[in-house]
Amino acid sequence: MEPVIEVSNLCKTYNKVTAVDGISFNVEKGEIFGMVGPNGAGKTTTIECIEGLRQPDDGSVKLLGMHPWGARTTIAARVGIQLQESALPPRLRVTEAMDLFGSFYKRRADAGELLKTLGLEEKRNSAFGKLSGGQKQRLYIALALINRPEVVFFDELTTGLDPQARRSMWDLVKQIREQGCTVFLTTHYMEEAERLCDRVLIIDHGKIVALDTPEALIRSLEVENRLVFTIPDGRAIPRLDNLPQVRRVEWLGGRLVVYGCGERFASSVVNALEDAGVQFLDLRTEQPNLEDVFLSLTGQEMRE
Amino acid sequence: MRSFQKLTSITFLLYLREPVAAFFTLAFPPLLVLLFGAMYGNKPVAMFGGYGTMDVSMPAYTALILGTVGFMGVPITISGYRESGVLRRFRASALRPLTYIMSDVTANLVMTLLGMLGLVLVGWLLYRVRFEGQVISLIPAVVFCGLSMFSIGYLIASIAPSARSAQVIGMVIFYPMMFLSGAGIPLEVMPASVQRISNFLPLTYVVTLLRGLWFGGTWDEYLLEVAVLAGVLVVCTALAARFFRWE
Repeated sequence: MEPVIEVSNLCKTYNKVTAVDGISFNVEKGEIFGMVGPNGAGKTTTIECIEGLRQPDDGSVKLLGMHPWGARTTIAARVGIQLQESALPPRLRVTEAMDLFGSFYKRRADAGELLKTLGLEEKRNSAFGKLSGGQKQRLYIALALINRPEVVFFDELTTGLDPQARRSMWDLVKQIREQGCTVFLTTHYMEEAERLCDRVLIIDHGKIVALDTPEALIRSLEVENRLVFTIPDGRAIPRLDNLPQVRRVEWLGGRLVVYGCGERFASSVVNALEDAGVQFLDLRTEQPNLEDVFLSLTGQEMRE
Repeated sequence: MRSFQKLTSITFLLYLREPVAAFFTLAFPPLLVLLFGAMYGNKPVAMFGGYGTMDVSMPAYTALILGTVGFMGVPITISGYRESGVLRRFRASALRPLTYIMSDVTANLVMTLLGMLGLVLVGWLLYRVRFEGQVISLIPAVVFCGLSMFSIGYLIASIAPSARSAQVIGMVIFYPMMFLSGAGIPLEVMPASVQRISNFLPLTYVVTLLRGLWFGGTWDEYLLEVAVLAGVLVVCTALAARFFRWE
């Protein structure tokens, strides 16, 4: 089956600053595909080239088998777009906005149902200008879904939403995908990418740094697992660093931190301690997450 | 077609919810009638060819509404929408750009005609203003003049770097025209030098055409005016289309 999105060697430069530098990837039907990267990495430029809102300098982009820059209005009927920065007339009311945008499409979702799902039912008669940031964001998402799109683009899906709203948004996105829609999103939240996306593309300085499932990215990195525990005073501890799975051992504020990897890492350490008859308290394991992957690949922390 | 109707009616609704715009289009012209009517009345004046001040003010104030909407309303709204991201939001939908512009023009024309209706109603109730033309000839002229003046507004919106500068450009263009084109004050009371300047102002040709048709003239008597306004329409539309930016 033909991919829903095909990007090959996409390049875009603004006034000699290269925003996107020759990236290629495909997105398959029914995928939740996430793009993460620091500010200025090229996320929005990439998503807007795919949406047909920007013209690539070089390379090619295909969306639903068409070139989006040339066929914007044909494609627009089949896709939904939530932009990172946009607005509506301040005095336009929520239901009017739904009504208006609904009138642009032949295929339409139930506006009332959408508002209900997005928790905007009580705000249906409010003017856009009176909505909070999170409510505006949810209205944009409702507008992006008004035509029951085949592909939906979310640029910074949950920015401005509180943690609870963020989680319900994730549920909604999964629900959308279950109806056969392909989802392309960019996000600042590594947790969001890890929990929500089937595949994650990490972009930095306009180039693809990594592209895989979140699990595979975490595995591929061989980021060390950490085992942290406390040992009561005066107890001698056995040597742990000669275990094959253990990389190193550190004392950190009265706690012992053991770094290592491999499937039997945790159990081998625990067995060694028990064999030596050492008591240990407060044992916990810390697993690497996408945040660690990001840090190690781009050398920077992901911040909001 | 459905999106055109919907967008036009919503644009119109938003217009009415915008107190400043609604005031200048709907309330300001009747207020002028009250003010200048109280000052000058509507007695026949030789200078105006035997018509009263209020008689000649009807087509003139209609031109004033066209100027307000075209030079102030259009550029401020469009460039404001661009600056805040409203145009971006529309562009990302399936709405066709042409539909958007047509809706905007239609809503502005409807607003103008409503303003004109209010104006004439007040003029007739208070001063029994005379109308000697043909509605069927006058209304198309108002629409034609509207398209011509609005095209100037779309050009301002297209080239102005920000909403603020669009407002300034609109004001710089509008205020002199308000006084020097015969729209606000009849040109007959002006010195000859002002009348020469007025030849360079597009709104002057609107005033002349509308006033001519108002008092029973026909289109073929005003070919110069029609040519100038058509020229403005074509040139400004072409330039606006060339320089228009969604963001």
